Amino acid sequence: MSEIALQVNFGLNIALLLMLVAIGLAIARTRSLLAAILLMGVYSLASAVWLIVMDAADVAFTEAVVGAGISTVVLLGAILLVRAGPVRHNWRMTIVPAVLVLGVGGLLVYAVTGLPEFGDPASPTNAHVGRRYLIQTPDEIGVPNVVTAVLASYRGFDTLGETVVVFAAGIGVALMLGFGPRSNLPPAPAATGDHHVVLRVTAKLLIPLIALFAFYVQFHGDLGAGGGFQAGVILAVAPILHALVFGLRGTIAALPVRAVRSIATMGVLLYSGVGVVCMINGGGFLDYDYLFPPSVEAMIPPGLMGDPDHAHHWGQHFGIFFIELGVLLTVAATMVTIFYGFAGRAAEEPGAST
Amino acid sequence: MNVAVTHFNYLAAVVLMMIGLYVLFSTGNLIKRMIGLALFQTSTALFYISLGKVSGGTAAIRIYADSPEARALAAQLDPAYVQQFGVGGVVYSNPLPHVLILTAIVVGVATLSVGLSIAVRIREAYGTVEAGEIEAVARVDAAGAGRGP
Amino acid sequence: MILFEALYVAPPALTAQAPILVIAGPLIGACAAALSPGGRTAWMVSVLTAAFALWMAVAVAGEVAREGVIDYALGGFAPPMGIALRIDALGATMALLVASIGVMGALYSGHALESEVKAEKRTLFQSGYLLCLAGFLGLVFTGDAFNAFVFLEVSSIGTYALVAVGEARDRRALPAAFSYLIFGTVGATLYVLGVGFLYAATGTLNMVDMAMRLATLGDNSAVQAGLAFVVAGLGVKAAMFPLHGWLPGAYAGAPSLVSMFLAATATKAAIYLIIRFVFDVFPEGEFGEVFLSWILAPLAAAAVIICSVQAIFENEVRRILAFSSVAQVGFILLGVSLATPAGLSAGMFYLVAHALMKGALFMAVGAFAVSVRARTVEDFSGIAREAPWSAAAFGVGAASLAGVPLTMGFLAKWSLVSAALQAGEIWIVAVLAIGSLLTLIYVGRMLEVMFFRAPVRGAERAREAPVGVLAPLFVLAGLSLWFGVDATLPASMANASASALVGAAP
Repeated sequence: MSEIALQVNFGLNIALLLMLVAIGLAIARTRSLLAAILLMGVYSLASAVWLIVMDAADVAFTEAVVGAGISTVVLLGAILLVRAGPVRHNWRMTIVPAVLVLGVGGLLVYAVTGLPEFGDPASPTNAHVGRRYLIQTPDEIGVPNVVTAVLASYRGFDTLGETVVVFAAGIGVALMLGFGPRSNLPPAPAATGDHHVVLRVTAKLLIPLIALFAFYVQFHGDLGAGGGFQAGVILAVAPILHALVFGLRGTIAALPVRAVRSIATMGVLLYSGVGVVCMINGGGFLDYDYLFPPSVEAMIPPGLMGDPDHAHHWGQHFGIFFIELGVLLTVAATMVTIFYGFAGRAAEEPGAST
Repeated sequence: MNVAVTHFNYLAAVVLMMIGLYVLFSTGNLIKRMIGLALFQTSTALFYISLGKVSGGTAAIRIYADSPEARALAAQLDPAYVQQFGVGGVVYSNPLPHVLILTAIVVGVATLSVGLSIAVRIREAYGTVEAGEIEAVARVDAAGAGRGP
Repeated sequence: MILFEALYVAPPALTAQAPILVIAGPLIGACAAALSPGGRTAWMVSVLTAAFALWMAVAVAGEVAREGVIDYALGGFAPPMGIALRIDALGATMALLVASIGVMGALYSGHALESEVKAEKRTLFQSGYLLCLAGFLGLVFTGDAFNAFVFLEVSSIGTYALVAVGEARDRRALPAAFSYLIFGTVGATLYVLGVGFLYAATGTLNMVDMAMRLATLGDNSAVQAGLAFVVAGLGVKAAMFPLHGWLPGAYAGAPSLVSMFLAATATKAAIYLIIRFVFDVFPEGEFGEVFLSWILAPLAAAAVIICSVQAIFENEVRRILAFSSVAQVGFILLGVSLATPAGLSAGMFYLVAHALMKGALFMAVGAFAVSVRARTVEDFSGIAREAPWSAAAFGVGAASLAGVPLTMGFLAKWSLVSAALQAGEIWIVAVLAIGSLLTLIYVGRMLEVMFFRAPVRGAERAREAPVGVLAPLFVLAGLSLWFGVDATLPASMANASASALVGAAP
């Protein structure tokens, strides 16, 4: 019985990987940019399924919302703006890259033969630090989702850096597309003819639901798959959908560009602020055990919300809560900033090129 | 067992890396280059996640909260195996690579958006996103006058 | 060292947290800059933040001088479970260098941005600059291989856009920034891949733990390839020949502040990480030696010769300086490749010297750019008569670059030559000699045109740059001169760095 279950899992794994390779080849072959972008979306969805088979639920969730969602939106926005025709093909440009790629590939295959077998529970990766997280999380952090524990607490500094990367991307896109005569020239609001009524009613219904779902994903993050990154991207979908259906002008009026940028900044400030508070209370940066001074910690009743364990779990719980909130703010606001950047840019008229 | 089977996941990741690099370097279209770059970046995810898979394992997202599905899966495995490699009677896959790849995916989308925004500005300044044509214009720029009267 | 004692007045509570404050300070400062109502406020935030980071870096350096190595466990989790900062003499020296250049750049940006960056972009620009600073500081302090990737990206993502902002002066900045992004991302991804192989072999990401576990492993193809990918990936970031294709365009096109900051710090931070891996993480033995003497040294030598020649044939001043940077990276790596205490110390000394002189040179070019749109060497004809102070500072930087006695560049070249002689590597001495001659040619050409030719008739006239630009420029140029006469401070730090890496004092 067990053998069969394992083999089904492995077979699924192989089938999905072959599918990914096939999609990759199709992306390489196609000359249509639109096809390549849509195939990238398909690739992301297929790899999300594969990630589930690999027990990486959190990653699958992120890949689905980021890879298939935001990346596709940004790519589509970009090809609308550059008005690119089909990709030109020149066989002379294929020889050097082919040799280079074969060289790198050869080195990689050589390297791969030195790796432990796939699925080996005793490999260094799975036996050393990774296993210690599984054993120590219930005691040290006290959240059931070990991925969240590692992400937000053990390696919380990485996650701060990651949030800053997102923030920096927002600054980068704003510097490139947020200024100049072509920015903030949103196209006229969508036609309000009757045939759009279904779209508008559905959107009005969906937008609050999307926001609600984002907050569910946010606050459920330490219990199941989810967290600030996924929730942030989902939350950003609400204004993006609003802009698509009701026109960018209205959305920017409700959520001004500067306000969105400030929210992104607030997220990073909240995250690093948690770190600074821990420092002021005598711990190290981001040491959530010191998030509350002892006098506050003493006021937390034991057994609150079903966690009878040490009081320090509350520091961890609230620390993770606040930094995930910071991540949510930065990611959601930056995604909206990026969308404003691409959607708010007026495309050049065909034939008016310099 | 054959290396092609036991290391299949890693080899698939290598093939995807090669495809990504090839797309990146074989085209002059800046948008297509970004697509190749994104493919190259995501292939590292395949590599890392495969490293963290434990056979018979399950996702480490409900550890110690009683999860009937996880227990049912563990019940199908060899008890000695669960005893040796499991935690609290359930075998989990390694969560650390998942965390690292979450970071890498987010970095990937950040790079993609900045790269595409630069490509859009290139289109506005040069009227094309084909590398060859941009270089031709840039050569004219380089020959142009500097400190004019 | 006296400088340290005078500056080192941080209270003990701050000193204990200084390693993280060096990084967190600029991060929080970047947020404050982004929230600023205008470019002037953002500039003040930038200066204050960079000064704070420098103050904390000095505190860390003082602590390292007393304690040897500082470990700072983030989140209170001891490594390898958590991420730890680990700072030795090398890391402290690098942080001091990066933070000092950061302060000079911040001061300089007050006026320099006015001619190159549109007013409405300046708050975001300052924010991006501080993020870049925080990224490099994090990179030199972290003791975790994956965390280093995160900081590599923190320093890069914003920088791509900062380079592209140079389009206002020269639209070639845009394709240059794009290719910088492609190269940079490929480099970072190769690095992640290499770290993945090392992680697969050791199960840990902490560099100290990784080194201990690698030392007990035998020959393994995954480890070898992992190290190769790590070095190749960082080599792209360090503009190690032949992976330097992105650099000339990016440095030439970026706004002067960004060229100056990147030239002085970006490649240096990547070189630092290569040194970290080669000397601290690689297992001792044949593999490392083969890498240093058969791969690193020949490539560095090729960079010195080929890129110096390219600089000679280049016609635009910024591009000459950029090609010169690739060649100078070769000089630094030649010192490192000796793997002796003297060689490493010389390499570190050269690294500091190059940061100061290239910083001054790019800053001076920016000072000219305040009033004229000069691009080619001919455009700079007689500019010494129109803007004598900026030209004097340029002259000092150029003299240091060429290795004229009484400049820091001379001492740096001298210590490289003596380290190579000591190690018995005569061919390296020959390469150094040829490289120095070639440097003299392109430096001489620029100086001749600037100082001894008459301005082109009818061309727009340059004016002297404002004091806000000249002051940091003079500090950098002055340091190149001061350390050329009394090199006690940089030499002692370079020696301490070398002994932290290979154990023995030279």
